[in-house]
Amino acid sequence: MIFKAAFRKTIPVMFGYVPLGIAFGFLLTQAGYHWFFAILMSVVIYSGATQYLAINFFINHAALVEIAVTTLLLNLRHSFFGLSLIRKFSGTSHVKPYLIFALTDETYALITAIDEPEQRSKTRYYFFISLLNHLYWVTGTLIGALLGQVFKTDLKGMEFALTALFVVLAIEQYRKIQSIKPFIIGAFVGIVCLVFIAPKYMLLASILSGTTILLLLRNRN
Amino acid sequence: MSYSSVIVSIFLMAFIILLTRILPFLLFRKKELPEVLSYLERNIPPLIMLLLVLYCLKEVKWTSAPYGFIEFGAIAVVVIVYLWKNNALLSIVSGTAVYMFLINVLAST
Repeated sequence: MIFKAAFRKTIPVMFGYVPLGIAFGFLLTQAGYHWFFAILMSVVIYSGATQYLAINFFINHAALVEIAVTTLLLNLRHSFFGLSLIRKFSGTSHVKPYLIFALTDETYALITAIDEPEQRSKTRYYFFISLLNHLYWVTGTLIGALLGQVFKTDLKGMEFALTALFVVLAIEQYRKIQSIKPFIIGAFVGIVCLVFIAPKYMLLASILSGTTILLLLRNRN
Repeated sequence: MSYSSVIVSIFLMAFIILLTRILPFLLFRKKELPEVLSYLERNIPPLIMLLLVLYCLKEVKWTSAPYGFIEFGAIAVVVIVYLWKNNALLSIVSGTAVYMFLINVLAST
């Protein structure tokens, strides 16, 4: 069954998104904002890093220009994600707008790690994966936002599930491509950017420079 | 920030993020994917996956105790369990359990 298969694939994301969503909902309500805003953000923005950053924006009365530019830079990587999904998403007509909207790091990771299913089931498979991940994020946010008005919680360390997920997906990527080139480039630019670039821009800077190096090394294998 | 400014900011962020997600699909909708882009399509996912792992480690303090050993130990558990059992969920749960155990043990000493 397609839904069951999609659900099983998304379980690790659930362990990452629910606790991170709880933490976000909790922090935003602790900052004095109604739980409704937390839910609204998780539904329409649906980007963990951006939403955590937004709490600072709200507290510090950030200007709209500052919010716009930072959000753009922080999320420019999604354009690279989409670039590698154009072919995979072709023929998913009626759900395509939602698939594009709901394209987070983790959803992208799952979709690219999955071998292309048959065309007929592909649309529903991708849709269920995207929708389930979105629901985990919103559900976590709801729990956290409601808790935030009542309790203090301690979820220390649970967010490591996301790191572990990326590690597993990197291994799966290696099994698929059978080449260490992108990993060597990734390790090099990643470590350089960790050392020299502010954490906020580390991902964008390393993706841009890594992609540039990939292009420069295209003809030599 | 007032509630109305918060609402405006939320939709501004939502719009910009949607823009970053939709851009490649708008630009390359009708055209056949050029060779260079299919090369990137194959190589960008493994690159980004490794970078996301490193990005997750951005808050680690490498120059003071415990020098990132907890993160490396937990990642080693994830890799070993995954290569051994080939079960993603089992490997993620054991790695996270080890991490949470070590973090909380250190916090209490």
